Amino acid sequence: MTTQREVLSLYKQLLNKAYKFDNYNFREYAKRKITHSFKTNKSVTDGESITQLYNAGIDSLAQLHRQATISGMFTFDKLVVEPLKKHH
Amino acid sequence: MKSLARFGTGLSRAATCSLARATTVRALATTATSVHTSSPSAEPVVTPPEGSTISLKSASRDESKFGTRPIYLDVQATSPTDPRVVDKMLEFYTGMYGNPHSSTHAYGWETDKEVEKAREYIAAGIKADPKEIIFTSGATESNNMAIKGVPRFYKKTKKHIITTQTEHKCVLDSARHMQDEGFDVTYLPVNEQGLISLDDLKNAIRKDTILVSVMAVNNEIGVIQPLKEIGQICRDNKIFFHTDAAQAYGKIDIDVNAMNIDLLSISSHKIYGPMGIGAIYIRRRPRVRLDPIITGGGQERGLRSGTLAPPLVAGFGEAARLMQTELEFDKAHITKLSEKLRAGLLSIPSTQLNGSHDPNSQYPGCVNISFAYIEGESLLMALKDIALSSGSACTSASLEPSYVLHALGADDALAHSSIRFGIGRFTTEAEIDYVINAINERVDFLRKMSPLWEMVQEGIDLDSIEWSGH
Ligand SMILES: Cc1ncc(COP(=O)(O)O)c(C=O)c1O
Repeated sequence: MTTQREVLSLYKQLLNKAYKFDNYNFREYAKRKITHSFKTNKSVTDGESITQLYNAGIDSLAQLHRQATISGMFTFDKLVVEPLKKHH
Repeated sequence: MKSLARFGTGLSRAATCSLARATTVRALATTATSVHTSSPSAEPVVTPPEGSTISLKSASRDESKFGTRPIYLDVQATSPTDPRVVDKMLEFYTGMYGNPHSSTHAYGWETDKEVEKAREYIAAGIKADPKEIIFTSGATESNNMAIKGVPRFYKKTKKHIITTQTEHKCVLDSARHMQDEGFDVTYLPVNEQGLISLDDLKNAIRKDTILVSVMAVNNEIGVIQPLKEIGQICRDNKIFFHTDAAQAYGKIDIDVNAMNIDLLSISSHKIYGPMGIGAIYIRRRPRVRLDPIITGGGQERGLRSGTLAPPLVAGFGEAARLMQTELEFDKAHITKLSEKLRAGLLSIPSTQLNGSHDPNSQYPGCVNISFAYIEGESLLMALKDIALSSGSACTSASLEPSYVLHALGADDALAHSSIRFGIGRFTTEAEIDYVINAINERVDFLRKMSPLWEMVQEGIDLDSIEWSGH
């Protein structure tokens, strides 16, 4: 049985990883995709379906972790729409 | 008085085009050396006349606070590889390295299983049987296979091929080859929206017609041909129907059975998959037979010999699977951005949308717009912060304006002033806002420099002018 707390924690972890993409387009897509998926499935109440979605989310988290890491290892110039971060 | 020597259009096309190419090369060089580092943006190639008060620099923001890499709006040329696809492919580059054709050990079996899974995903996208999918190196090879292979197999009795004037170069060139081999080819015209007429097609059919090849979605203007109707006509006349779906697969609904499609070309790198792989669907019932182009070990049912590339196949398969699971999400996003872009650009005076105005015959991710009184190349040069492609065929070392736009009836000037905007899964709304703003500014800038535009503003009918040197 997947609890609401677990689902919420997964959502936060996924978004957290999404923000770690160095590539602007992949980062924005991941954020948009994650938010949309959780919104779409908000009304799911059946326990089995929730567990299924949760497990798929855990797989996505692992994949997101790998790909965000790779994105951080091969970086390119920032896009013209990306504000440059000020160095401290 | 205006000096006629300043006429932008008087500038030889060759000069403009080679300049455009030089810019591309330089831009690439900057990119290649700038991985991991940041470099200042190059000076714009188009500069206002001496003493002019107009400027290309954006008045609305401080450029030094932003990055320098251009926005990518050329997804019809190729699309970024989806990280989920890369993730799948890495399995093969890190451990699963067996040859899928090695049937004597586990390494071969595990890779073979993945290859077949990919084949299923790709087949599902067009409601085909996995056995009907043959892997190739890309849509170019698939198109060659269909257009050369089928007529060659049936050459004893059939001598005629029908295609359209707006096909991709690889279809047109294959058709030319078949003319050299003694076949007749009919190139169907299109109307001003880019659609073929079904009556033209019916009238072109002969007793010895073997193949009709009509692309699903056009790569320059995004128009969708009436596949179902064409398929029905072909089936009624017992002619094979091939469609080049490089730009259509996973983006519009395709059902090879409902649409009576006999052969269909797919390209992986247009659907966020890896480059260097594609597929051709070849119907098994009723069977379509063809002469293979590549022969050898008999892989892929003997139609395309050679060891498969499992990392590419699996990446392609994952990309195809994602096209299906993400269909609605992508479609909603792309349509929204497309509508915003079109509204933002067509509000500029003297602009024109190329393609169909009927949403059922137009793929929204491809927006082709003509900006009158501006050369597409000059605009592209003034838009180095956006990766775009013009309708003209500069990239293929030819100086003619786009043959596709010509086929729609556009004149030279209009064909030269067109730009294609490609919107995809990874395009963001912020990028579209930037592009709308940039194009508005630069079009205004270039037109202020154009004597033609000035004359139009003064109410002079350009057609009434007698140009010297003609
Ligand atoms: C309509 C169409 N057909 C074929 C191709 C060629 O595809 P590939 O690069 O896979 O050979 C393209 C890509 O430019 C295309 O747009």
